[in-house]
Amino acid sequence: MVPMQDMDDLLNAHPFFAGLSPRLLEELAGCARNERFDAGDYLFQEGGVADRFYILRHGQVAVEVKAPHAGAVVLETLHTDDTLGWSWLVPPHHWTFDARAVTLVRAVSLDGVCLRGKMETDHELGFHLLSRFVPVMGERLRAARLQMLDLYAPPGLTPPA
Amino acid sequence: MDAAAAAALADRLTETAAAARLPASLTEGDPWRPRPFRIDRWRRDLSDTFTVDLVPLDGPPLTFAPGQFNMLYVHGAGEVPISISGDPDQPERLVHTTRAVGQVTNAMKALRVGDTLGVRGPFGTPWPVEAAFGHDVVIVAGGIGLAPLRPLIHAVLARRERFGTVVLLYGARTPEDILYRAAVTAWRGRFDMSVHVTVDRATGRWSGPIGMVTKLIARGGFDARDTMAYVCGPEVMMRHAAQALIDKGVAAERLFLSMERNMKCAIGLCGHCQWGADFVCKDGPVFRYDRVAARLAQAEV
Repeated sequence: MVPMQDMDDLLNAHPFFAGLSPRLLEELAGCARNERFDAGDYLFQEGGVADRFYILRHGQVAVEVKAPHAGAVVLETLHTDDTLGWSWLVPPHHWTFDARAVTLVRAVSLDGVCLRGKMETDHELGFHLLSRFVPVMGERLRAARLQMLDLYAPPGLTPPA
Repeated sequence: MDAAAAAALADRLTETAAAARLPASLTEGDPWRPRPFRIDRWRRDLSDTFTVDLVPLDGPPLTFAPGQFNMLYVHGAGEVPISISGDPDQPERLVHTTRAVGQVTNAMKALRVGDTLGVRGPFGTPWPVEAAFGHDVVIVAGGIGLAPLRPLIHAVLARRERFGTVVLLYGARTPEDILYRAAVTAWRGRFDMSVHVTVDRATGRWSGPIGMVTKLIARGGFDARDTMAYVCGPEVMMRHAAQALIDKGVAAERLFLSMERNMKCAIGLCGHCQWGADFVCKDGPVFRYDRVAARLAQAEV
């Protein structure tokens, strides 16, 4: 168990939370806890209840989908300092994909039920959290679109623009 | 075209070249006449990509600067511009990596050791190497865009002590499509260079990153405010990589990329490779980003 002050410092040091006031960091720390996953462990699986998100402190996580005949297809990998999961923000709060630890992963998880409760009444917290999640979503969407273009495919295989 | 007509055309173009005051290096020899080279080594890199090592049948080796290209003439098939991908400090072997996508490159793919090719060149602007002395170096490659960057990597590593941090960020389609795998592995094993490879999709045993090369840029590992960056890959990838570098803090005038257009004459006369106000063959293929950024965003220029 990490003491509360340490959790404040830990969140404060993470780029995702850069610039948050001490009060908001304290609110977040109240919903946070340290987690560890061994390589091969699932952080969450498709369809499961999305009750948290993660900030990765160390390691690599594969976001993947199980497909018939193809096993698990990895959509992207996330790494140290990346943020994982926003389904906790969007009803009905179910995970859309699997997240699997590729290496040893150390992360901080933030409890979604706890956070949603606070955001209902603390709109400042809600604003600052959402304004940090939207750019992450935008970046993931951009990356997904570029991957969809299959830019390095041999000419002729490239899908029409 | 018969021989006489070809000769007449060559004469006319040579006159035009003189009138256009081309650099002496181009007009000295005959920039229109391919020199014969023998294929000394042929190897397959990827399913559609191969590398030839060429040695001259007569005359001195062809010295070049990283980023330049040659016109390779395949007898009976035609001529194509191909960037040079060997070590500029070892010009006695002229190395070209080619993807077989058209008639000429497919004919080239069918050649073997001992066959001859015609070579005109080298042409075009180089990657500025000395301009990066004292700075960090970030090299961003996408797909077979690694080929025109390899001479730059050789040049940088040959003068390693002149640079700060040296980073290679490489995006490939799949782990099986990693070009120069042995070289990339060797670079990765060096203590004075960091190499990160990401793929768009992976099958089997790949345990590395999956995602766009722009994500590797965002992760950093270099001093962006004191960095020279060199980017080569498909145009869409270069635009996004350039933007990611600028978002990271790299100055637009310290960012270079290599354009690909349909080069024919290779000395800025015929106009096939015209790109806005520039001819890619002589004003490029390497351009400074801030000079072409506006044009890059436009379609059909």
